[in-house]
Amino acid sequence: MTNEKIIEVEQLMKIFGSFHAVDDISFDVKRGEIFGFLGANGAGKTTAMKMLTGLLSPTSGKATVAGFDVYKETEKIKKTIGYMSQKFSLYGDLTVKENIQLFGGIYGLKNKVIKAKMHELLGRLGMENSANALIDSLPLGWKQKLAFSVAMLHDPSIIFLDEPTGGVDPVTRRQFWEMIYETAHNGTTIFVTTHYMDEAEYCDRISMMVDGKIAALGSPDELKKGFNAQNMDEVFVGIAREGKVLK
Amino acid sequence: MRTILFLVRKEFLQVFRNKGMLPIIFVMPVIQLMVLSFAADFEIRNLKYYWIDKDQSEASRLLRNKLDASGYFILSGTSMNTEDANLALEDGVTDLVFEIPADFERDLIRESRSSIQLNVNAIDGSKAGLGTFYANQIVQDLAQELRTEYLSRLKFEPVKFQQINTTYSFWFNESLNYKTFMVPGILVMLVTMIGAFISAMNIVREREVGTIEQLNVTPIKKHQFIIGKLLPLWVIGLFEFTIGLIVARIVFGITSEGSLMVLYTFASIYIVMVLGLGMFISTFTETQQQAMFISWFFLVIFLLMGGLFTAIENMPQWAQTITLFNPVRYFIEVVRLVMLKGAGFWDIRSQFLVIASYAFVINSLAVWNYKKVA
Repeated sequence: MTNEKIIEVEQLMKIFGSFHAVDDISFDVKRGEIFGFLGANGAGKTTAMKMLTGLLSPTSGKATVAGFDVYKETEKIKKTIGYMSQKFSLYGDLTVKENIQLFGGIYGLKNKVIKAKMHELLGRLGMENSANALIDSLPLGWKQKLAFSVAMLHDPSIIFLDEPTGGVDPVTRRQFWEMIYETAHNGTTIFVTTHYMDEAEYCDRISMMVDGKIAALGSPDELKKGFNAQNMDEVFVGIAREGKVLK
Repeated sequence: MRTILFLVRKEFLQVFRNKGMLPIIFVMPVIQLMVLSFAADFEIRNLKYYWIDKDQSEASRLLRNKLDASGYFILSGTSMNTEDANLALEDGVTDLVFEIPADFERDLIRESRSSIQLNVNAIDGSKAGLGTFYANQIVQDLAQELRTEYLSRLKFEPVKFQQINTTYSFWFNESLNYKTFMVPGILVMLVTMIGAFISAMNIVREREVGTIEQLNVTPIKKHQFIIGKLLPLWVIGLFEFTIGLIVARIVFGITSEGSLMVLYTFASIYIVMVLGLGMFISTFTETQQQAMFISWFFLVIFLLMGGLFTAIENMPQWAQTITLFNPVRYFIEVVRLVMLKGAGFWDIRSQFLVIASYAFVINSLAVWNYKKVA
């Protein structure tokens, strides 16, 4: 992790009608960091992430991702980032191989590169024998690991994970986080939303969102100390239920 | 360019792997073309008529003989009483009532004008219209005959009377075979339906499943995405059209009088238009159901007002004006012109221009309304 800021957000807002989905948030993420975005359902995590990935235009405020402006340079942002959403995002009616070829092709990788990456990726996931299996026929845990690897295919400098471990068993979640660690270790910045509090412990820094605002921001240890809590669960309940705010 | 190739490949893989799609593309058009073409028979024969002859003259007997001999009419009853005939008409026992007034023949010869009354059951408008038309022809025919016969009896008339003779010949469809007329129209209907449905469904389906979000965070450009979607569907559309032409030839023996090049040139643009319509619908719908119902709304109007089931000339003026905005109308015109009349490209240039502009406008709207957002 370096001190170089790769995501900078200042007073970012997204208003739908009279609903402030994201209400004046400011934070930054450093290169190589695992940045956790926590909050209850409907707290505005996904909306915030969509603005950073260029899927949604902000109402006001400033933000840059890898140095690119989220208003004007969304296409440049899209080239630099990887994205994996909570809604499962590979094509279920295509095989593992076909999905890898498709996304490799979309990101402009050469056929030779795609082939090499596919070989390496399948080897790492131990899925050599499933290359020609339809995605729909794979167990959920495999699908998610695969989706993560496909999102990393073009070596993005930041990867956005929107509740990547939803509905997965604890063992697979553990393995999934090992993949995340490995990726971060290689210098990729990880921006992850989750509502599993144990996963929050794995992050370098966390921002807790409540009703569109950032209620707390810091490393897991800082937060636990600040709230006088044993674990992240208590921190979360303190913020979400009792409205405590850490400045 | 390479990105588009990857997208096209993906689209074809998905279509051929979809067990629900394949029969829709390969089997449905053949079945529909056969069933609809055999069923949509508008020929009218054996109209039942009721005969009231208050004249009982040679002329009235002649008229009845002519009706019977025409092949269009069958006697359902006869009476001297108008009430009986009206009852038969009300009960649906008969389609038309001929009432020959007393002095029919006398008036015809002396005053050279006479009238008969014709009552028609007009619940089925086209049947009533055609029936009246046939009856009228036969009566005119009779009048002509009687007049010449009468004139020839006059002693002091050595001058040869010029006889007016109406003969019919039906151009471009000599045997008056309805299938020749219907099959090209039904073919247009199929291409329109399949084109609009598959393009609307295809994009909305990606939205439903969530894969479109994944594509939207990639650096794919809008035009790449749209061409990547439309190109495979366009090929499928032309393929449908070809299946239709083959069925028309093998099953109905209908071959194109005009050049296939002209036909395919027009079809290519037309399919771009239809796919654009489906895509435009998909840009403002969230689910396949919504897309289905909205497509259906447009298609029902387009198809019923396309000139296939009701001749456009028979529509009220305001409806005719509406059909000017109906792309199906132009394609049906063109397919009939080319296949039956052998029209060349120059003959269909105005229809081509209309469809090309239509394709341009609807696709621009679709591209404009398609946002690369979640």
